[in-house]
Amino acid sequence: MKKYGNLWRSLGVTSVAASTLLMMANSSGAVSKSHALAPIKIGISLSLSGDFSADGVAFDQGYKLWAADVNAHGGLLGHQVQLDVVSDASSPTQVVTNYQKLITNDHVALTFGPFSSLLSLPAAKIDARYGYAMIEGAGGAPSVFQAGLTNLFDVSLPVKDSLLPFAQWISALPAGKRPTTAAYVTTNDAFTEPQIPVAQNIMQKAGIKTAYYSVFPSETTDYTPIADAVAAAKAQVVVLGSVDVPTVSSFMQAFEQAHYTPKVFIATGGPDQGTTFAKAVGIKNADGMMVPNAWYGGATTPGSAAMVAEYVKKYGGTPATISADVAEAYSVGQIAAQAVKATGGFNNAKIVKYLHSGVTLTSVQGPVKFDSLGENNQATAFTFQWQGANFVQINPVSSKASKPVLMPKPAWGK
Amino acid sequence: MNSSALIHAIIDGVLTGSVYALMATGLTLVFGVMDIINLAQGILVILGAYLSYTLSVHFGVDLFVGLIFTIPTLFVVGVVIERLFVARLKGPERTAMSILVTYAISLVIEGILNEVYSINQVQLQAWYVNRSFLIFGIYLPYIYLLGFILAAVLLGSLYFMLYRTRFGASIRASLSDQTAAALVGIDTKRVATICFGIGVAVTAAGGMIYGATNAFNASTSYDLISRLLTIIVLGGMGSLGGALVAGILMVMIGDVVAVVWSPIWSSMSFFVVLVIVLSLRPQGLFGKQSARVA
Repeated sequence: MKKYGNLWRSLGVTSVAASTLLMMANSSGAVSKSHALAPIKIGISLSLSGDFSADGVAFDQGYKLWAADVNAHGGLLGHQVQLDVVSDASSPTQVVTNYQKLITNDHVALTFGPFSSLLSLPAAKIDARYGYAMIEGAGGAPSVFQAGLTNLFDVSLPVKDSLLPFAQWISALPAGKRPTTAAYVTTNDAFTEPQIPVAQNIMQKAGIKTAYYSVFPSETTDYTPIADAVAAAKAQVVVLGSVDVPTVSSFMQAFEQAHYTPKVFIATGGPDQGTTFAKAVGIKNADGMMVPNAWYGGATTPGSAAMVAEYVKKYGGTPATISADVAEAYSVGQIAAQAVKATGGFNNAKIVKYLHSGVTLTSVQGPVKFDSLGENNQATAFTFQWQGANFVQINPVSSKASKPVLMPKPAWGK
Repeated sequence: MNSSALIHAIIDGVLTGSVYALMATGLTLVFGVMDIINLAQGILVILGAYLSYTLSVHFGVDLFVGLIFTIPTLFVVGVVIERLFVARLKGPERTAMSILVTYAISLVIEGILNEVYSINQVQLQAWYVNRSFLIFGIYLPYIYLLGFILAAVLLGSLYFMLYRTRFGASIRASLSDQTAAALVGIDTKRVATICFGIGVAVTAAGGMIYGATNAFNASTSYDLISRLLTIIVLGGMGSLGGALVAGILMVMIGDVVAVVWSPIWSSMSFFVVLVIVLSLRPQGLFGKQSARVA
């Protein structure tokens, strides 16, 4: 019995010693961890539900891809990045509450922009009140820049220039090939409305007559009478100012039902939504649909291919099905990272000053240089087209990456 | 604007409006019998659309054939919601509380749908979804006509059940006066449960037609519920006929104004009509003020 007693005592002593060693090891680990740089929080409000939810989710993916990349390479100035994402349900009032909470309650170091011009402007005003920089990727409407904010920086293409290459291309077609009539129909949205007159002016100067022009309210759900009116005008070109997939798909459906296929059909938003668009309208109907944008899955800009590969690895799909929103969000992170590195910290005043300094930065969407209003005046507009299951760049025609345009648009469902 | 476009707009309004009427019927029936405002009706329409989507995409079941499965399924969903949540609401604040409870249910279902189907919009596809036929110089989409026929059959069946069956008499008695109905031996709790089930079951049909004519995701429900509430307010809370007339009016006014005047005024014009009607008849077109006072 005594023999076993000694054994138990020995085991006890050994256990205590081992525990003490483990505790010492743990505490030393804790000490070494406390010397590591604390993570930094970046606050973002995104439309994870509501009208912009498809774009909001794509933005979320883009931001997360960027954060994962940065953290894998040591973080921002040695700080691991933590994204503090809250949902605004696509509401301009909720986005205000969200940024106030992110800044005053969550004490985030930086803020990134929400989705859409509608939300970016009120968000930037809150940021301005607290001296934060608002770096965003989807607030390119003129109304955003006209607010006179000095803390706002849109890394993407200014909205008003989006349809330029399309309008220039169609106007430059030989007279025999050039369409003679066009219909312009747009939702009353800060993103879509500024684009239409720019294209219309160029196309009218080239002799393309306006057969129909109409603005419809954003809350419209029954597009049939408007689409029927467009079909009745029998325009050869349709320029649709749309922000989402349901609007475009409704027009496409109504056109098919009216047995009307325009030679050229471009929508300002919707066809760029990758899988979402293709699934909603059917890949056969997508054939020939065009959309203006600054980026696509096959872009050759620095870092784009790597981002695309990471996206496909993480979320699946193909490069053609990646929404341009992903690249816009990713670019926001890239620009912020370059500003943080250049200023040596997270001081928002210094970041604002740096971004206004005229420096040219790089992003997966191409070069970024801000003017005094925060517009990226280095951004290039492209036009993309669905050709079969592929989403390809078609102009500027001068670009080597541009493929021949599929024109006229194939009949619906063929 | 030509006369053909105007006739087209009127026909579109009648055909599409009838489907909205069908969806709103469930809402107004539940309010009429139970004094419950079911804010989950919009998301239940979307649930119906997603069920049709699942059957169509994963099992190859035709959208209309799929209703044989989805209508009973949503009836059961309605019964479960009523038993678990709505039936527990008691007291004078019952109607107000029902708004909160059904809104909470709506959020839960929205979250589940987002998880299961993702946030990406989808649209139901079938050979008749995008096709149309020519009649009197107008292309009439098959899906609108089929949707109208479906709505007419279901609304007709509902009407038959309400006015030609014993159970219908129980519902009408409950619609008129719940206390008196209970006093004459009607099991008003059972009537309420079945009514809620029926009210939700019609969303299967409405959701299928809606999903075939619009791209949708779970968030689409917010726009839907606001429209459905507007319809039953115009038609008169608790009035089935009112829901039908108001549903058709809502779409038709918007469509006609879009063609005759400008699309920009189409939504507003309906609300102008709504304000005028409510200022003259606060109980709506077919609502009974006395029934709600009790």
